[in-house]
Amino acid sequence: MSELDEKTENGSVESAGKGGTEEKKAKDNSGLGLGVIFFLVAFVVVFLSGWLLFPKLLYSEKEQPFNFNHDLHVYEMGSCEACHFLREDGSFSGIPDLYSCTQCHYEEPMGMTEDEKIFCEEYVAKGKEVPWLVYSKQPDNVFFSHAAHTEGAGMECKTCHGSIGQSKELPTYEENRLTGYSRDIWGDNIWGIDKNSRDSMKMDDCAECHEEETGSKGACFQCHK
Amino acid sequence: MSKQNTHGKTYKFGMAIDLDKCTGCGSCMVACMSENNVPFKKDESDKKDSITWMRVYKLTNGKSFPETEICYLPRPCMQCGGKGDQGHSPCVSVCPAVATDYGHDTGIVSQIPVRCFGCRYCMAACPYHARYFNWWDPKWPGEMEKYLNPDVSPRMRGVVEKCSFCYHRYQAARDKAYYEHREEIQEQEYQTACTQACPAGAIAFGDLHNPSHKVHQLVKPDPHHSGKPRNPKAFRLLERLGTNPKVYYISEKEWVRKAGDNYLEGEWKKMNKKHG
Repeated sequence: MSELDEKTENGSVESAGKGGTEEKKAKDNSGLGLGVIFFLVAFVVVFLSGWLLFPKLLYSEKEQPFNFNHDLHVYEMGSCEACHFLREDGSFSGIPDLYSCTQCHYEEPMGMTEDEKIFCEEYVAKGKEVPWLVYSKQPDNVFFSHAAHTEGAGMECKTCHGSIGQSKELPTYEENRLTGYSRDIWGDNIWGIDKNSRDSMKMDDCAECHEEETGSKGACFQCHK
Repeated sequence: MSKQNTHGKTYKFGMAIDLDKCTGCGSCMVACMSENNVPFKKDESDKKDSITWMRVYKLTNGKSFPETEICYLPRPCMQCGGKGDQGHSPCVSVCPAVATDYGHDTGIVSQIPVRCFGCRYCMAACPYHARYFNWWDPKWPGEMEKYLNPDVSPRMRGVVEKCSFCYHRYQAARDKAYYEHREEIQEQEYQTACTQACPAGAIAFGDLHNPSHKVHQLVKPDPHHSGKPRNPKAFRLLERLGTNPKVYYISEKEWVRKAGDNYLEGEWKKMNKKHG
């Protein structure tokens, strides 16, 4: 019911008496009020479902083959670089392969944990590589140089990787159903608002830091192949 | 032009191809295809469909038997810098998607296939036909996918691709330099696949700014005239368009040098007199 309608109606019934008009007005207002309430309720329902339900729908949760205790391994090995190191040609070793792990874990488990038992029985004994789900996996055409960041710019591992070195459990791997990449790339925040530079790892995030640090977003081939 | 980070060491990578040494064997084309994951087609003779980042052309002097001469001309992407190397390459200036840009730190023209939406303006703009369109998704028979180079991302249907001067090799060389805390990469650390594959040693590759590099010594580029070669036997393709290519050709034969551009009648003689 528009205001214009109301006015013309009021105009036509004005001569019939004041009481009748007020009654009519009250009736119209209650209809408008219901509309507003209905709109607000619908808005909240849709808004919340988009806010809470959509991320649940967008990401499927996947578990790693078994848990890995970074904290324990950093304690035993001394540093991140003991397992994740730069090779002599400047390339980055990434996640260690089975051979690296078997330098310590051969045949019998060293500890008491269920996870190590799974690792020894399922992978070491069978000579099978562990199919880790990689949180940092980027599209194929992305060229990322660890050497440029750690050696060239002198950055620390935790600037981008956070406190993963102190974690006792691996976080759940949330895979984006549309893109197939980890949620860590877009970031936890569905709006894309980051508290730390490491919260998301999209192209814009790379460009933002590059602009701050080097004064330029860089040419395409700086990060692409 | 967008401002770019040039605070590190900057290069101007270029190539000099000695056409008198080239035998037309096609090794450079093969090496290029396998290095850069270029898909091959059922019918490679269909030149509207086949993709050859590096392509060997056959030139002839057009004379009959006793005087007939043939020359083979390998053609990679010329990595045009435009006037004053400001990056106004023919392809870069027409791309509506910024899928190709000019690297001011290397002088190499990039091509980002995932950003390209296949309008092919760049192909129309390129005077050297160095750009190719993927009419089909690439297919490698059987287990051949395992032979793909992991440092080069394969392209998909509907995008343009071209020679990158094996940029991934530059990235690898730079990584090594970072690891060894060096500012500069060595000449031999970064060489393109075609350069290394040429059995005749006809291709030289290196930094055109660095007088100790072979490519610089061969062409002696003139920095005051957009890198025009000071070696009278060296020339660039379509020099007078002002594209300022980084690929130079060298030949003792005058008809070969003349084939590098389109000259009006008598124009070649007049020009040579002026310079000579």
